[in-house]
Formats: sequence, structure tokens, C-alpha cells
Amino acid sequence: MSDVLLSVQDLVVEFPTRKGILTAVDRISFDISRGEVLGVVGESGAGKSMTGSAIIGLIEPPGHIAGGSISLAGERIDNLPRDAMRKVRGKRIGMVFQDPLTSLNPLYTIAEQLIETIRTHMKLSESAARARAIELLDEVGIPAASRRIDDYPHQFSGGMRQRVVIALALCAEPELIIADEPTTALDVSVQSQIIDVLKRLCSEHRTAVMLITHDMGVIAEAADRVAVLYAGRVAEIGPVKDVIKDAKHPYTKGLMGSIPTLMQDSDRLTQIPGSMPRLTDIPPGCAFSPRCPKAFARCFIEQPGCKVHDGRDVACMLYDEGTAL
Amino acid sequence: MLAFIIRRLVQSIVVMLVVSLIAFIMFRFVGDPVDQMVGLETTLEERAKLREQLGLNDPLPVQFWHFVSKAAQGNLGISYQFKRPVLQMIGDRLPATLELSFVSALFALLAGIPMGVYTALRRESILSKLFLTISLIGISLPTFLIGIILIFIFAVHLQWLPSFGRGKVVDLGWWSTGFLTVSGLKALILPSITLGLFQMTLIMRLVRSEMMEVLRTDFIKFARARGLSNRAVHFGHALKNTMVPVITITGLQLGSIIAFAIITETVFQWPGMGLLFLQAVQNVDIPIMAAYLLLIAFLFVTINLIVDLLYVMVDPRIRIEGKEA
Repeated sequence: MSDVLLSVQDLVVEFPTRKGILTAVDRISFDISRGEVLGVVGESGAGKSMTGSAIIGLIEPPGHIAGGSISLAGERIDNLPRDAMRKVRGKRIGMVFQDPLTSLNPLYTIAEQLIETIRTHMKLSESAARARAIELLDEVGIPAASRRIDDYPHQFSGGMRQRVVIALALCAEPELIIADEPTTALDVSVQSQIIDVLKRLCSEHRTAVMLITHDMGVIAEAADRVAVLYAGRVAEIGPVKDVIKDAKHPYTKGLMGSIPTLMQDSDRLTQIPGSMPRLTDIPPGCAFSPRCPKAFARCFIEQPGCKVHDGRDVACMLYDEGTAL
Repeated sequence: MLAFIIRRLVQSIVVMLVVSLIAFIMFRFVGDPVDQMVGLETTLEERAKLREQLGLNDPLPVQFWHFVSKAAQGNLGISYQFKRPVLQMIGDRLPATLELSFVSALFALLAGIPMGVYTALRRESILSKLFLTISLIGISLPTFLIGIILIFIFAVHLQWLPSFGRGKVVDLGWWSTGFLTVSGLKALILPSITLGLFQMTLIMRLVRSEMMEVLRTDFIKFARARGLSNRAVHFGHALKNTMVPVITITGLQLGSIIAFAIITETVFQWPGMGLLFLQAVQNVDIPIMAAYLLLIAFLFVTINLIVDLLYVMVDPRIRIEGKEA
């Protein structure tokens, strides 16, 4: 894909703890183009959210970026001074969090929160900012926006609040939106509405989206490409259709096998035996090797690099040229 | 909202009735009032006559009703010792106590809140640690000791401030104030610090812990992700969310500041209600003690009522619940 907006190269995020350094994100690399939706999937603790926080520069101390680079439209943003980074947040990168019930300050009206954000990033008068706020609420599909704008967050339902959160993320027309599990806390029927809003807005504004989720259904519905993370590393990145139909990495295969489909007639879903290793004891070699049905000697010693295979990046020894299949 | 206010008012009246019952019982059971009013040489007939005059032969509920209805009209009886109406005596002393309490509460808030915010935001700084150490002293030292230490340093050694009394007061007819003269203001400094120090440390620690709690919430993270300045996040979003518990505690503490001004008033010979009460206890002057009890209860109830109304102003969620009830 052309026109790369966000480029993450060999990103490492570390947490110093009493037991030693935890590597939450271990040399992750990916690109997102303008107008593209990149899905990021993985189990809890795979480093999805941490990658998102790293991009927007909000890793909770003592965690920190220990290596690699993050560039937005060709500019490095991982080493910007605090004030410069603050101008990137909200203005160039918007963020949507998982729980709409707790993302909004309960003591301020929607109008106050929207206008505050708009006026932080744009030179607009109070009334112009208010007009823009109403426009934004309209755009994310809040009915009777001009009347509801003066309501407090608790007067909205969960789905409506998530729309407000999206409107807040869109305030300054950012180039990239990081949506961290935007639908996890919502009802299934509301989930697809929120995904629709995100998709529509992105294609209209050519906004790139990094959609973090553990729900393959959401990915299948919304994403153009998908990155599968495992234990802080990338397992596989590729176009979403290819990955779903023909997964290359054994972990992705296992992941796909564990999704129920209506066509299937089997009683049990396939499972991946075992569970993801804790960050304190990631095995040497491939992190997935102890659970991998196809693992062979090399997998336990060497860490596989991300290699392009059939238009996809796969980090697996099976596809390494040195290995005979 | 109106229903809410009416319900709270009814509750307040019930509390006041219970307290007046206790005050009433004090008259009956802390010795015979007639014994305390007459001399040793009074004959039994005269005593019986007086008993009849005072209505002490009526059934108890009737007597209680007389007591309450008189108290409601502001007639709290006549001091045994000074032979003056109790209400008038308390009225003379009330301004001194209220001014002292007001200044201490103001001092506690104006110093406590900024110190709490500072120690929450700059947890590692030396100044924070200093504040916390001072607050530990403030919490653990008894009031009278602090008063004596302050007198020793500022009145005896440095001779900057007076050690007792209110200084020159200006009589405004129904209110004598120390705010209008230099000596009156100077005389206020040491007692109000003594009285307010404990509350200040309490407020500081409360603001600190609430603030640290709020700073961890999602909406603060989201506010940062929207690119708001640190000032807007800390003071606009975080501080306002800490205010509900702070208002509660301040309100309750304001009551205890007034009630427990007794010790400070004794140390500084402050001519307030507390000093009057102590003299009344020494002389078994029950009308004054009962009136003091009623007055303090009334202040507590009023302050609590105001605190409840303030919540509603700060937190819109309570506003809605009040509407529905």
C-alpha cells in the first residue's frame, strides 16, 4: 500500500520491575497507510494496548520505550519533548478507549468536554466551537445533537457515550485514530453500529485507524489488514481476508480454528493447548514454540524473524528459507 | 429537588427534637433545679410554690413540650449563675467563636487543598515529603500543645503576636467583630492556626489521596489523550472530581471546629462560647450547657443541610437522583 502514515519499526517497550525488566512489546514493526484500517488482535497481555499507548506517548511510568522508532508522516514522534507530543495527541492522533462509561468526565456536560478539546487544538471562538461540536455529534450519529449536547455523560446510554468518545477523538480531524477495544464493553447490536461509524468516518476523512481488539469478528468486519500479536511480538501481518481464509502462522491458525462458524458441524471448537507465557518467562526461540503443534528443534533455539511470504509478514520458522519443509 | 430539600428539612427537625430531649433530660436528672435556684434557708412551702410556678409538677411530656416551644421561640431560660437570659449571653459570645472558626476553616481550606494537590502531583519532590511530615505532626500533636508552642514562639520569644484575647473589637450593634482592627486581626492569627491545623492536615491528606485516585481513572487518561494541557487535566478535570468528599469532610469538620473551639479558646483565653461553656460546667449552670448543646446541634444540622445542597451543585448525578426521588 502506498502513502504510509504511521510507521512503527522494531518498537520495544520495557517495564522495570523488582524481578527484572519485563518486555511488554518486543520489536514490533508495522505500517498503517492513510485511510486504512489496521486490526491488531491478540490475547490479553500480548502487547496490543501497550503498542497503542506507546504511539500516543502515554505509557504509564515506569514503563518506557526502550528501542525502535515511531514515525507519523515521516516524522519521528517517539522522542518528542513532552509539550510537542501533547500537540500531537488529540490533534494528529485521536484515541478511543474501551469503556465509554468511564472515558468521560462525569462532572462536565458533553458540550463542555467537546468545546474544551476543540479549543485546545483549533483557534475557534466559543460559539464556533459549539457549532463544530454539534456537527461532530451529528456526524457520529447522535440524534437531536443540538439538544443533547448540554446533557451530562450519565444521561447517555453506553453506545451513545462511545459515539461521544469518538466525536471527542475526531475533534481536531486527526490523521490517525487509535481505537483500543472500542466495542468490548458494548452490546453486540451496538458494537456493529460503532464499527460502522468508525469505518464511515475513516473513509470520508481518509483517517487511518489502528483498531485494537481481541474479537476476530470485529476485525473481519472492519479491518483492511490485520496484525496478530503474541507475547509482545508480531506473529503475522497481512490482508484480513487472506489471514482469515489461509492463516500461515500456526498461532493464527489456532486462533481461527477457535472461532465458531454456523457452517461447522463439529461439537467442539479446536483449542490451542496451554496459555500464553507470562512476560517474566518467555521461552528462548519462538515464543509460541511450547504450544505449537508444528514446532521442531530450531523453534526452541532461534527466534524467527518476520519474513514476507505470499504478501504477508510471518514470523515462523516454517517459512524460513533455511528450513526444509 | 424541592422534595429532596423538604425531606432533608424534616430529617433535620427530627434530629433537633431528639437533641432537645437530651437537653431537657439534663435539667431533670442532673440534680433538682429548685435546689440549685434557692438558698438553704428556703422553706418547703416556698419550694413547693416555686415548683408549681416553674411547671415542674406537670407531666413530663407537657414539660418537654413547653421546653421545646420556648426554645423554638428563642427562650432558653435564665443562667443560674449570672441571672441573665442564656440566649443573650450566648449571643454576646457567638461572634467571637464564629469568627475564629471561620478563619480557621478558611486557613484549613486555603492551605490544605493546594498542599494536597501539590503532594499528589509531585509525589517524589522534597517539598511534598516536607508537607507530609508537617501534616503528620499536625495530626498527632494535641491542640493545646500546638497552641502553647505557638504562644511560646510567636508571643513570648518573638513577641510578634498577642498570646490571649481578641484585641480591639468593633461593635456593630448585634455583632462584635475583630476583623476591622489591626490588633483584632493579629489576635486571630495564632488561635486560628491552632484550631485549623488539624483540619488542614486532614483536608490535605484527603485531597492527596482522592487526587491520586482520580488521576488513575480512564477519563483522566482520555483527557490526556485528547491533548489537553496538564493544567486543564489536573485542575479542571481531576480536582473537581475530588471535591465531593472534600466538601463533606470540610462541612463536618466546620461543625467540629465550632464545637471543639473550647480547647483553643481556653488556651488563648478567647472570649467565645467555648469558654462560656467551660465556666458553665464548673458552676453546674445547666441552662447554659443545655443551650450550648442545642446550639451546636443546630449548627451541625444546618451545616449538613448546606453540604447536601452543595453536593447537588457539584455533582450532576446526585441532581438527577434527587429529581427522581
